[in-house]
Amino acid sequence: MSKIKTLAGAVLATTLTAGLSTSALAAAGDPVKIGVMLPFSGIYAQLGEAGRDGLKLALKEHAEKLHGSKVEFIELDTEAKPSRAPELASSLLNQHEADFVIGPVHSGVAMGMIKMLRGKDTIMIIPNAGSAAATGPLCSPNVFRTSFSSWQPSYPMGKVALEKGYKKVYAISWNYGMGRESLDAFEESFTAGGGEIVEKVLLPFPSTNFQSHVSDIADENPDAVFTFFAGGGAIKFVKDYDAMGLRGKIPLMGSGFLTEGTLQAQGDAAEGVMTGLHYAEQLDVPKNREFREAFNTEYGHYPDIYAVQGYDAGQAIANTIDQLEGDISDKQAVISTMEKLTIDSPRGEFTFSKAHNPIQNIYLREVKDGVNVVQSVAAEALEDPARGCKL
Amino acid sequence: MSTELFFVQLINGLQYGLLLFLIASGLTLVFGVMGILNLAHGSMYMVGAYLVWYFVAITGSFSVFAILSAVIALGLGILIERVLIQRLYNRNHLDQVLLTIGMIFVFNSLQSILWGNDPYGVAVPEALSGSVPFTDNSSYPVYRIFAAMVCIAIAAALYFVVSKTRLGMLIRAGESNREMVEALGVNIKSLYTIVFAIGVMLAAVSGIIAAPMRSIVPGMGESVLITCFVVVVIGGMGSIKGAFVGALLVGVISTFAAVLIPTMSNMIIYIFMILVLLVKPQGLFAK
Repeated sequence: MSKIKTLAGAVLATTLTAGLSTSALAAAGDPVKIGVMLPFSGIYAQLGEAGRDGLKLALKEHAEKLHGSKVEFIELDTEAKPSRAPELASSLLNQHEADFVIGPVHSGVAMGMIKMLRGKDTIMIIPNAGSAAATGPLCSPNVFRTSFSSWQPSYPMGKVALEKGYKKVYAISWNYGMGRESLDAFEESFTAGGGEIVEKVLLPFPSTNFQSHVSDIADENPDAVFTFFAGGGAIKFVKDYDAMGLRGKIPLMGSGFLTEGTLQAQGDAAEGVMTGLHYAEQLDVPKNREFREAFNTEYGHYPDIYAVQGYDAGQAIANTIDQLEGDISDKQAVISTMEKLTIDSPRGEFTFSKAHNPIQNIYLREVKDGVNVVQSVAAEALEDPARGCKL
Repeated sequence: MSTELFFVQLINGLQYGLLLFLIASGLTLVFGVMGILNLAHGSMYMVGAYLVWYFVAITGSFSVFAILSAVIALGLGILIERVLIQRLYNRNHLDQVLLTIGMIFVFNSLQSILWGNDPYGVAVPEALSGSVPFTDNSSYPVYRIFAAMVCIAIAAALYFVVSKTRLGMLIRAGESNREMVEALGVNIKSLYTIVFAIGVMLAAVSGIIAAPMRSIVPGMGESVLITCFVVVVIGGMGSIKGAFVGALLVGVISTFAAVLIPTMSNMIIYIFMILVLLVKPQGLFAK
C-alpha cells in the first residue's frame, strides 16, 4: 500500500510540475511577472492556447516598449474548471507575486479568480470570459477585460432584426450565464423597438439534443430565430436547423460565437447565418492584416478571435509599461495608465469603459462560402451598460 | 401542442431512441454475458466518430471508410479484451471500474494528441443528403431516416444472432452458467473475446452513424455514456430486449420533456429511472 501511495505521490508531483512550466527569462533586476491562467486541457484547450499565443506575440513584437524589463510567464492550466480557479489565482497572487494575471476563457473560472484577485495589487486582464458580472456588480479597479461583455454582441442584433423587418422572433440558448445574458440583451433592444419574443427556450448546459426544438420552431413559424450556442453545440444546432429544412425559410441569427471556429465543421449548413461580433477574420483593417500575417509567421496557422483578445491583453501590458517607462511598482499608476489606453487592436481601435470593458464596434457578419463576411457595423463604439458597477 | 407537432416529436423521439439503443446494446451485451462493466464504452463511441471524421476529412468518402472504421473498432475490441479485460474476469466490479475509468482518460488523451481539441463535423454523404417533405415548414433529412433504419436492422440482427444461432445459444448459456459451458468443452475465452469485440464495435458503429448528425468534440463519449447507463438500468442490466424498450422510452420521454419543460429536461429521464426502479428494482426486463 505504501508503495502505491509513493507512486501516487510521484504522479501527483509530476502533474503539478508539468502544469507549472515557467519559461523564465532569468534576469538581473525585477522581471515583469505575468501569470497566465488559461485552459490548456479539456474542451476549451484550443481557446486557451490561442489566447496565450496571442499574448506572447504581442509582448515579443513590443519588446522595445518594456524598457529593458524581462518578462517571466507563469502558466497554469485551469482546465476550464471553476473549482480550480481560487487556488490557482491565489498561488499566482501570493506565491509568485505576479504583476499581471491573464485569464480565463470560462466565465465560471472568471468568478473564482475575481473573488481572489479583486482589489489586490495584481492587475487581472480577462482575455475572453464574457460574464456580465466581471465588469458589472463585481467590477474592480484592478480588473480589465480585452474581450467583450455577453451583452455586447447580442444587443445590436435586436436592432438588426427590426431593420430586416422581423416582428416575431424565437429565442433559444443554454440556461447558463452567457446564454441567458445573450438572449436578454437581444430581447432588450428588440422589444424596445416593438418586436415580440414568441418563445424563449433555455436548455440545460451542455445538452445538444436540439432536433425536437427545431421541430418546435418549424411549428411556431417565427420571422426569425435568435440564438447563442458555441463550440460543439453551435455545430449541432446549425446542422440540425439545416437538416430539418429550416435554413432559407426562417432566418437564423445569433451571437457571433455561433459561427466562430465552427464553420468548417458546419459546412453548407451555416450559409446565410447572421451574427454579431466585435471581430471578423476578414475584417478590412490594416492592423488586422498585419496581425494575421505576423501570427501566421510565428505559429504556422492563422489566428482566431481568442488569439486577438490575448494579443490585445499583451498590447495593454506593453503600452502601460512603456508609458510608465518601465516602472510598474506603483499599482495605482499602472491602473490609471491602463484605463486611458487606446488599443490598436486587429478588431479596430478600442478604449476601456469606466468598468474596464472595451468600448468597441460590433460587426454584423453573414456566412458566405464558409466565411463570416462583414455586412455592416451593427453598433459603433458600443459601451456595455455595466449594470451594478460602482466604478 | 397540435396533433401534427405531437407526431413530429414522436418521430424525433423514436429516432433518438433508436440511436440510444445502438449505443446501449453493446454495453448491455458485454455486461449480460461477461459481467464486465465497461465504463470506457462511451470512449468507443467517440473513437468511431473520430475515426470516420478523420477518414472523411482526408478522403472525402463516407461509406467505404465507415465500414473500415467499424473493422478497426472490432480489432481494437479484440486487442483491449486480450491485453486488459481478460485479467479482470475473476476480480470484483471495483477493479473493473478502475481499469475502464483509466481507459477513458487514456482514450481522451489520445484523442487530444492525435486529433486536437477543435470541434469537428462530418458532412452527410452525398447519396443520402436529400430530404423528404415533412410538415408545412420543415422537411425530414433522408440520412436520419437511413440512420434509424440501420439501427432497426442491427437490432433485428442482434435478436436473430442471440436467439437463433449457435453463437447466440453459447452466449445465452454463458450468461446463465459459465462453468457448465466450460465443462461442456466450449472455449469460453474466445467466446468472451468475440462478445467484447462486438460490444466495442456496436459502440463505434453508433459513433460512426451519429457523426454526420452530431458534433465531434472532446468529451462526447462521457455525455453519451451516462444516458446509456440510464437506458440499461431502466431496461434491466444485461437484457438486450430491455435496452431496446428502455432506449425508445428514454428517447421519446426526453424529446417531449425537452419541448414541454426545457429547463428541467435533463432531470426527467432520471426521475423516470427512479420511478421504474421503485416498481421494478432490477429494471423492466431483468433476468
